[in-house]
Amino acid sequence: MNLAVIPVAASVSEWSDSFLERLPLLARDWMTSWLPEPWRWLVNSLLSIAVILSVFGLLFAYVTLAERKILGRIQNRPGPNRTPIPFTKLRFFGLAQPFADGVKSLTKEDVVPRGADHLLHFLAPVVLLAFSILTFAVIPYGRHLVPVELNAGVLYFFAAGAATELAVFMAGWASRNKYSLLAAMRALAQLISYELPLLLAWVPVVLVAGTLSTTEIVAAQSGWQFNVIPHWYVFTPWGAAGFAIFMIAALAESNRSPFDLPEAESELIAGHLTEYSGFKYALFFMAEYFGMIALSGMAITLFLGGWHAPSPYLEFIPSYVWFMGKLSALLLGFIWIRATFPRLRMDQLTRFAWKFLVPLALINLGNAAFWSLSLHWSGPLQILRWLISVLVVVGPFVLLGRKLSAGVAPRVYRYAV
Amino acid sequence: MSVSDLSGLNAERATPGARVREVHDSFHGDLLEVSMGPHHPSTHGVFRMIVTLDGETIVKLKPVFGYLHRNHEKLGETVTYLGSMPYTDRLDYLSSMTNNWAYALAVEKLAGQAVPERAEYVRVILAELTRLLNHTCLAGFLMQDCGCSGTPLMYAFREREYILDLFESLSGSRMMCNYQRFGGCRVDPSADWLAGAQKLTDRYGTFLDEFETLLTGNEIIMARTQGVGKLSPELAISAGVTGPMLRATGVNYDLRKVDAYGVYPRFDFRVPLGDHGDVYDRYMIRVLEMRESIKILQQALAGLPAGPIMDPKAKLRSFRPKAGEAYGRIEGPKGEIGFYLLSDGSPNPYRYRIRPPSFINLTVLEDMCLGHTVADAVIILGSVDIVLGEVDR
Repeated sequence: MNLAVIPVAASVSEWSDSFLERLPLLARDWMTSWLPEPWRWLVNSLLSIAVILSVFGLLFAYVTLAERKILGRIQNRPGPNRTPIPFTKLRFFGLAQPFADGVKSLTKEDVVPRGADHLLHFLAPVVLLAFSILTFAVIPYGRHLVPVELNAGVLYFFAAGAATELAVFMAGWASRNKYSLLAAMRALAQLISYELPLLLAWVPVVLVAGTLSTTEIVAAQSGWQFNVIPHWYVFTPWGAAGFAIFMIAALAESNRSPFDLPEAESELIAGHLTEYSGFKYALFFMAEYFGMIALSGMAITLFLGGWHAPSPYLEFIPSYVWFMGKLSALLLGFIWIRATFPRLRMDQLTRFAWKFLVPLALINLGNAAFWSLSLHWSGPLQILRWLISVLVVVGPFVLLGRKLSAGVAPRVYRYAV
Repeated sequence: MSVSDLSGLNAERATPGARVREVHDSFHGDLLEVSMGPHHPSTHGVFRMIVTLDGETIVKLKPVFGYLHRNHEKLGETVTYLGSMPYTDRLDYLSSMTNNWAYALAVEKLAGQAVPERAEYVRVILAELTRLLNHTCLAGFLMQDCGCSGTPLMYAFREREYILDLFESLSGSRMMCNYQRFGGCRVDPSADWLAGAQKLTDRYGTFLDEFETLLTGNEIIMARTQGVGKLSPELAISAGVTGPMLRATGVNYDLRKVDAYGVYPRFDFRVPLGDHGDVYDRYMIRVLEMRESIKILQQALAGLPAGPIMDPKAKLRSFRPKAGEAYGRIEGPKGEIGFYLLSDGSPNPYRYRIRPPSFINLTVLEDMCLGHTVADAVIILGSVDIVLGEVDR
């Protein structure tokens, strides 16, 4: 955008290197300072891995609890609230529930069907979890917190993310269960359908930012308009549309309601998870939430300004806190949608992807191209630029939406006399 | 069974499911037989469907039931007339009040027993409360089958709980009410109870508004249910389908109007009719029926006369009707629930036979499911509204 950025240079330099901002780095350096110099990079990397695993492991545990609590709240029930801290009578709203669940799944018998492919049946949850964790490597969690600086980080993220659906298919096929098989077929159809809008949704960001590196995409979204409106891509017409498409596709990619067809409980028992029990089931569960968290993190990086604060006056809060705040908001959205929406049917799911999301995403790509070409427009032309861009988003949305929901309408009923 | 044999199947079924099938036809895959049930989350009990799938499209569906068979009709011949009353609670355990009434009506016909006016009004009130309860539950379960993660179901169950509280305070039991007697009702509702019923009736419309705001206009619900599981009026009539499922096909047949039993002719209510006979119509007909039930409840509560609740001349314990036969039927929430009794003058019926609405409505399941997907079969089954206690008896 060619709008004047009111400089807040003083505060930026002040806060960007503040103690809180650098705290994770300082802690790491303090811990590795006794090591000889050539060894430090290795231990530093191992430390980042350990931090990611423990932080997101804990986050996973408490997202499951939050999901159950929020679902409960939406549905007029308390949710899990009975689990005490061990050896005490302190309940703390059931805060120990995830650990009780963990102990339960660890101690449960691991049943493998006799006809199952034992190797694949074992490998599927491992592969799923491994690829889910891989995606955490390139997300910038804070100003100084990027585990791996890849110049094609976005590409790497989606390559690793796409591999997870393979594991779902492995699970479905190896279980030798008809429900699992149906779920595996559904999962593959869903992958092929929704990978495309997911990818097309972030291409405009790459186009405008001119880079595939996640840190540089976040850097491109720095600055504020009048010190209040941040330069995040979601606040542009093409960015808002891209964000919406991205989040819908992310719902489908992480098998969440209303796109939870591979594990459609009311139809296929538990889908590809039908023949899994004990800790393997827990691994699937974990990987699903990791996938959801990673996709939310990427959505934040691409559209919501990454770790940037929404206003320069709020910069004193460290960047990683902002990231976690945005992440929680998106996860809350996931949970809310799950509590509200019914499930689509398979043909409707694929039709929605191919006839609605993919064309919209392609048009949005053109929209972003127009946006970056009209970068130098100013004055009244600026208003024209916004108008055109909004029209290019809203027009196709209305037209395609009308076509998609043709023949589906509320009905009027007659009464017998 | 080759796939080409089934090509004519969907000629008259221009449904989304049929279009999926056309695509599948070009691949000529193997058919997959899946046994859904008896312990499947969406078969509403211990019902079992053996479905033959082409991809995900159903080409054959064989219902299997009887897992909950309790020899109900034979038991009815071995106990006294009054002894069967609590057993009727266990038929359709969501609507024991209407089961009681249908059975009481059959026995009253058999014995020529009159019913006091107050009891007739109370019966109407309880039957309409049962209809509210049953339809609310059904809507919740149907939405659960559609894949809502429990939210509509929990809302429905919250309202159901209020009605069950009323039943409990009147009859002593939430679900197994055992309330109707030959010639009246067991206990007289108190003024407190009537005030509670009035309060619930006044409030129920608000709940329905909330429920409908959440669901009826929902794009996904409409896409999932419209045009799915179509039932033609001809097939519905020849299969003996009754209740909301029949009215959803557009056939005007409501026993409350046709038979005009009890005091129903005194109330002003309308019968909603569908035009398509699909799952959405079945859902909407029930929602609209609930609104009519509220109207009936308002009128019945306002016009409830004073007087005895039981006919003082009614005999319960040593009850021996004359030899003969009688068939009593009412419009239950699920359709026509009828009891056929054959008396030989002894304290037990010689023959005791039930016309269970959900069993008979279930017989057209395969016709509704063919050409649709597994996901559709689940909601079609949900829209039939079965209770296995009644299907298997």
